[in-house]
Amino acid sequence: MISERDRVALRPEQATIPPGHPWNRLPIIGAACALLGAVACAILGAANPKQFFFSWLVSLLFFLSLALGALFFVLIQYASQGGWGIVVRRIGETVFATIPVMAVLFLPLLLGLGDLYSWAAPGAAEHDALLRWKAPYLNVPFFLIRAALFFGIWSFIALLYYRGSRGQDVTGDPRMSARLRRLAGPAIIVLALTQTFASVDWIMSLSPHWYSTMFGVYFFSGSFVGFIALLSVVAVAMRRAGLLETVISTEHLHDIGKFLFAFTAFWAYIAFSQFFLIWYANLPEETFWYKARLEGSWKTVSLLLMAGHFGVPFFYLMGRAVKRRGSTLALGGAWLLAMHFVDLYWQVMPTLHPEGVRPSALDVAAFVAVGGCFVAAASWLMRRQALVPLRDPRLAESLAFENA
Amino acid sequence: MPLLLPQLPKGPYYGVLAEFATPGDLYHACERVRDAGFTRWDAHTPFPVHGLEGAMGIRRSPLPWIVLITGLTGAAFGFGLQWWVHASAYPLVISGKPYFSWPAFIPITFELGVLFAALGAVLGMLGLNRLPMHYHPLFRSKVFERVTDNAFFISIESWDPRFDPSATRKLLESLGARSVELLES
Repeated sequence: MISERDRVALRPEQATIPPGHPWNRLPIIGAACALLGAVACAILGAANPKQFFFSWLVSLLFFLSLALGALFFVLIQYASQGGWGIVVRRIGETVFATIPVMAVLFLPLLLGLGDLYSWAAPGAAEHDALLRWKAPYLNVPFFLIRAALFFGIWSFIALLYYRGSRGQDVTGDPRMSARLRRLAGPAIIVLALTQTFASVDWIMSLSPHWYSTMFGVYFFSGSFVGFIALLSVVAVAMRRAGLLETVISTEHLHDIGKFLFAFTAFWAYIAFSQFFLIWYANLPEETFWYKARLEGSWKTVSLLLMAGHFGVPFFYLMGRAVKRRGSTLALGGAWLLAMHFVDLYWQVMPTLHPEGVRPSALDVAAFVAVGGCFVAAASWLMRRQALVPLRDPRLAESLAFENA
Repeated sequence: MPLLLPQLPKGPYYGVLAEFATPGDLYHACERVRDAGFTRWDAHTPFPVHGLEGAMGIRRSPLPWIVLITGLTGAAFGFGLQWWVHASAYPLVISGKPYFSWPAFIPITFELGVLFAALGAVLGMLGLNRLPMHYHPLFRSKVFERVTDNAFFISIESWDPRFDPSATRKLLESLGARSVELLES
């Protein structure tokens, strides 16, 4: 007679990438892409540094936001003592463990602060009363201190949770889960505050006269949709690649799909609320940011976001069957990932190209470079670790999970 | 008012009621009743029995479709009403905006969509469950009083095409029922 415990326990070899598996090559492929992208950035960027800094900022924000979304996902799993998601938690942990890499990739931007942020250009505040008034916050030294603080705090939380979870694979100590659970609540508050200020610093201050009190939560909503979209794609890709085939079930895909559906609606709620209040109040010091995005070809992008980041995926993901089939769920996830990129592009790029959408080869080069580093770092960690938290006390519950 | 007071089909019998001793007995009996091809029957337990809907072969409820349709109706109604009022019936200039300013209509559209969807969910659930029903023939049974306490039941209704008073009783007895009784309408 097989006991309940033996039946559900996972053998480590069921949850690792076997030798010779194609996914073992991902770190090399990622590193090659990163190198290629970096060379392309260096060649193309030398001729057009301003475009390079903006393209690099969009790509960095894209992958960093996925990592921050992953951090929030894992923190709420701990705080709510969620059972279902244990089998996909390691994917989130691997994604947010790349935050220190993102901190390094942030450094090139420091060379172009004056190109990116008009308030950082020398003498910018001289003839601008508003910038003079904002200078105690918007000045280069304080900006750098804050950036260091954000990456320091995020890396600290990320490594605390990553190492805690990896350590539990070895020790099997259930007290580690309890400890991380107790820390999750405060960590969520710290993450919310730092993410808000980071979005204000890095995106909102591109238009230093503009302000929106909802901007932080807008950035958060996008980052969380982005990570869940990535999670759906990775979970399905893993199953297709023969990894965790028997571990991640239809039931888990269904729950990922529910998250994706719910936070697509949440993003739309926040995005519309931000637009709606500014549109209704009609104050010139607030409306110019949207006016720039509702003229010329940027208007097409705005409409694309409305339909593509909300309308279409909302109805697409509504049904049950779509969420329970790997191919249809991953299609929705891939689409929303693309839309998350468009969303960030739409937030950043009109500062550089107010005349209209001007796609650049540097956009591609920066994406390949940052994305290559991201994939290389995440897949390198995946090779060295179990793909699920093997000895989490709730693993059995997660493996047996069924939607009602 | 047939909609508000649903009626059971007419017939001399309501059906048969079988009592089982344990959730396990009930579960396996349900699988057999399902496999025998019965469609108009139900299981009654004092607490939810995990997986019983699978053992009974219950198909998914059409309720999500009702909610979707009522929700979209509500949203369309909310949007249409504002359009009609602001652009046609009673046009007023509000903060210098065009009569048809669709962003201003979104909150009401959203709220009415949610309201209609919620009403659709509640009323649809009641309708699909044929509620409110103030009296049910199962209440004639003395043993059925223990359904909220410690007893597990299967009831097969007489208007099921496969129902036969004596054969159905025998089937339930063969499945290990502790007692089987024929209930009048």
